[in-house]
Amino acid sequence: MESGLFIEKLILVLVLFAVSLGIAMYSTYLERKVAAWFQDRVGPDRAGPWGLLQPLADGGKMFFKEDFIPFHSDKWLFIIAPGIAMFVSLVTGAVIPWGPELVLESGHTIALQVANVNIGILFIMGFVSIGVYGIMIGGWASNNKYSLFGAIRASSQMISYELAMGVSVITIVMMSGSMGINDIVTSQHGFWDNGWFTWYAFKQPIAFLIFFICALAECNRAPFDLAECESELIGGYHTEYGSMKLGFFLFAEYTNMFISSAVIAALFFGGYNFPGMDHFSGWALTLIGTGVFFAKIVFFIFVFMWIRWTLPRFRYDQLMHLGWKKLIPLALINMLITAVIIAISEGWFSK
Amino acid sequence: MSIEIIAYILGGLTIGSALMVILSPHPVRSILYLVVTFFLISANYVLMNAQFLAIVNIIVYAGAIMVLFLFVLMMLNLSKENEPKGSIPMKAAAVIAGGSLLTVLVAALRKGTVQETTSIADDQGLVKSLGHELFTTYVIPFEVSSVLFIAAIVGAVLLAKREKQIIE
Repeated sequence: MESGLFIEKLILVLVLFAVSLGIAMYSTYLERKVAAWFQDRVGPDRAGPWGLLQPLADGGKMFFKEDFIPFHSDKWLFIIAPGIAMFVSLVTGAVIPWGPELVLESGHTIALQVANVNIGILFIMGFVSIGVYGIMIGGWASNNKYSLFGAIRASSQMISYELAMGVSVITIVMMSGSMGINDIVTSQHGFWDNGWFTWYAFKQPIAFLIFFICALAECNRAPFDLAECESELIGGYHTEYGSMKLGFFLFAEYTNMFISSAVIAALFFGGYNFPGMDHFSGWALTLIGTGVFFAKIVFFIFVFMWIRWTLPRFRYDQLMHLGWKKLIPLALINMLITAVIIAISEGWFSK
Repeated sequence: MSIEIIAYILGGLTIGSALMVILSPHPVRSILYLVVTFFLISANYVLMNAQFLAIVNIIVYAGAIMVLFLFVLMMLNLSKENEPKGSIPMKAAAVIAGGSLLTVLVAALRKGTVQETTSIADDQGLVKSLGHELFTTYVIPFEVSSVLFIAAIVGAVLLAKREKQIIE
């Protein structure tokens, strides 16, 4: 039984790894197609039908470029930084439930989640805050002032937006009464209950908005891409990087986008829950649930791109102003109101 | 692979990386070794079934405080060439201070014995039981420490404000 569980989890980890990389890979293709669509162009269409092999061509190009390490850089840290960025972006997928539990006819259940820890959301927050190390070390080790500027901008931005993100997550934890992501998703069962939506995006729209803005900032996506804003800093923290090391940084960004979309879908849009899910069971429930979850993820990836190609970049002081003076107070007030309402509805004041 | 072997390996790695913090020549690398040490300490917490403490250790120390340390060090751009050299009396004072700390620690731990912890409840150290303890048994120390944090925040805001007035 123990070894069976081990093999089960191992397969799940491998599938998750492959799916994360695959989606990140095709996000680059999607990004270029979406950009082309917004700008009334065609986009990549040479490699394969509709340009579908473009990500493979890009990857091949990255691998065959010269792997260059600047002379004055800190060599060891220069090499390790893209690895940290990649590792951190991949590891958070472990606590996300990717689909409803699969109940086999023999009564055996398979959870589509690598680790159902009771601190799931804190695990994600923790690794999000570790993510800044890849950028900081990379920017510093390059020994280039533009890289250092990019790294400093990125890290101060990520530290600032983590706070508001954490506070908005606390409201969700208070609503569901658990920090495990599986519990949060199951508490949004179905779609409609007691005359209102069960998904937290409809119960906590302000928390959702704050979390979404912070997710954009944490991923260093436009309009918050000050870490690499090409018009001011050449390439930001990865100016000196080339070849597959640069590829790792870019890939980590797309993987981050995939994982953030998954977290948004799980926390605020019911994860694998869908309307009328009580009519299904067994394989059908698991397959449809997982499909629904991935549809939600792809939708949010599209929203990320939509925002990138719609809004101009923030100025740096505007970014800090928004983070510290608007989002954090708003998140705190939202948390306070939620706490009072929960206390009243639980009858703590009437005791 | 029993849990004891894992504990010994983890303990050794923790002490090794903690030593590297003070032995590595470059301050930025020292900080990074310190981050590794925090991760290993968190791993030790997980072995003791204290998941919440483990992840909070990572979020607060590795994710926030160490980032600020790294931030400052990167700005300072310290290296071996422009490292401040202490004078001989300074070094002697440092040796005496460190030696007396070691003496105190050894004296305090000399008679200590390793106690086997028995019968830990399964949910001890998890979020629910920890929160329950914090808000019932230890509610006064918990609230007092939060007052301390507010005092620190107010102090920081005050300092920032005062600097702004000088500029204007």
